[in-house]
Amino acid sequence: MKFAVCVSHVPDTAAKINISADGKTIDKSGIAYVMNPYDEFAVEECLRLKEKFGGEVVAISLGDDTYKETLRKALAMGVDRAVLLKDDPANWDSYSVARALADYLKEISPDVIFFGKQSVDYDSSGVGLMVAEMLGLPSVSVVTKLEIKDGTVLVEREIEGGKEKVETKLPAVFTAQKGLNEPRYPTLKGIMAAKSKPIEEKTLQKYPAKVEILKMHRPQAKSGGKIVGTDASAVVELVNLLHNEAKVI
Amino acid sequence: MKILAFAEQNEGKLKKPAFEVVCTARNLADKLKGEAVALLIGNNVQQLGNELAKYGAHKVVVVQNPKLEKYSPTAYPKIVAEVAKSIGASVVLVSATSHGKDCAPRVAVKLNAGFGSDCISFSIEDGTIVATRPVYAGKVLTNIKINSDVKVFTIRPNVFPANIYDSNSSNVEIFEIPLTDSDFSARVTEVMQIAGKLDVSEADIVVTGGRGMKGPENFKMLEELAETLGGAVGASRAVVDAGWRPHSEQVGQTGKTISPSLYIAVGVSGAIQHLAGMSSSKYIVAINKDKDAPIFQVADYGIVGDALEIIPALTKEVKKLLGK
Repeated sequence: MKFAVCVSHVPDTAAKINISADGKTIDKSGIAYVMNPYDEFAVEECLRLKEKFGGEVVAISLGDDTYKETLRKALAMGVDRAVLLKDDPANWDSYSVARALADYLKEISPDVIFFGKQSVDYDSSGVGLMVAEMLGLPSVSVVTKLEIKDGTVLVEREIEGGKEKVETKLPAVFTAQKGLNEPRYPTLKGIMAAKSKPIEEKTLQKYPAKVEILKMHRPQAKSGGKIVGTDASAVVELVNLLHNEAKVI
Repeated sequence: MKILAFAEQNEGKLKKPAFEVVCTARNLADKLKGEAVALLIGNNVQQLGNELAKYGAHKVVVVQNPKLEKYSPTAYPKIVAEVAKSIGASVVLVSATSHGKDCAPRVAVKLNAGFGSDCISFSIEDGTIVATRPVYAGKVLTNIKINSDVKVFTIRPNVFPANIYDSNSSNVEIFEIPLTDSDFSARVTEVMQIAGKLDVSEADIVVTGGRGMKGPENFKMLEELAETLGGAVGASRAVVDAGWRPHSEQVGQTGKTISPSLYIAVGVSGAIQHLAGMSSSKYIVAINKDKDAPIFQVADYGIVGDALEIIPALTKEVKKLLGK
């Protein structure tokens, strides 16, 4: 079976995000970039499926040369091949990213295509599902459990207050939620091996974005919070404030 | 100009996000001098149409079929897109719920539309919708504009109002959308929901515990407080990673980003990833024994002290107020 996993290169979640002088992009200086956390679950799942069914895992990323670091991580975790679809990560939207990925995925026609459920930069959770639609494939998003039996896939996905079971057939697209598995740490041997593995580079047609960012701004900061007290006796005043001032209970 | 609002129902019931999405469509329609059309999908759901009209829908379109009893990641987007095309909708609004987030990106592709997800406000500038949406889990907000003819937005639950309009005339119309087996190439076969359990993303009040709760057994206290308040229990990443609580309860950048009316953070220090996920809550209460914890910087009210002593007292006081 052929497994494809699409990975993105994003600011570490601990990073403080500052806005650039243009007011439309973030200031990348001083930010550590990592593999999108949800993509780690996607890579791990593909590796486990390959261990079970045999085949090949290809990691794909759309971006500039800095994205190679994330592809190296995927190689160090154990994927067989890594492909960088070269593009300048400016003026993107989920549609233009999905189009470019879909073009390449169509070429290699994998049985299983995995994404993280969202990238923690733009938080759209749209690309994986858009790719599925562009390729005319079924999709299951926010997957917490996956089992393949004779071409039928039994999946569990998270919903409000519970889970639902979804049935589909391969080829299909899935997006991984935390909890799907426990991603492996690259071993030293894996890291060394990844350094010598080539990263294939391709340049594809670029698609225009349909979404335009007009402005980035900070959420309004709270200020002037009130310390009500320093022990359990403060709850009387707290409940009074929540009831009479905030009017939320 | 037509604005289509996909109003989700689950097992024949409409939840708050459905009213919010219809009401938001109506507000936009009023500003753009257009028409708000609500869409209901399911099995035997037409009787819910009148309720949607109350929340501002000029017209309700119903697509019903026994096969649509449960959600399908393939059939539902097809129906939304087909209805949007057939009424000539230029804007499609969907709730950013688990089904809505699954459905909307596919709808956008089918309509060759730009997609703006998880929006928290809309304004009209030069006759065009400008949406505000959080990025980097809310550390930054963006104002976006969609340049395609058709625009698809999802809206975050619990943020937009659900006001009742004086609408006596409900105009409910049943649409037939032909569906084949291949439209159900992915379909939900079973729903496993804990009865009465409110999700952190739906709750108006969330009580979140962190490492300061000292152990998983102490979350019983938070469950009791949440139940008394009619809210849900949330968890910090630290306690989820420690296995004390399930990931579905995690609030923050690799969990859920939420905006309840009241957020009570108990024994949560307030790492940047956590603050990103909850600082847009309307009111925030922090209870932590470390007076320098970052959570106090976003809190409206704080108590510096031991959570395990304060929570039982707080629950008692709330019960007294509510006469429980």
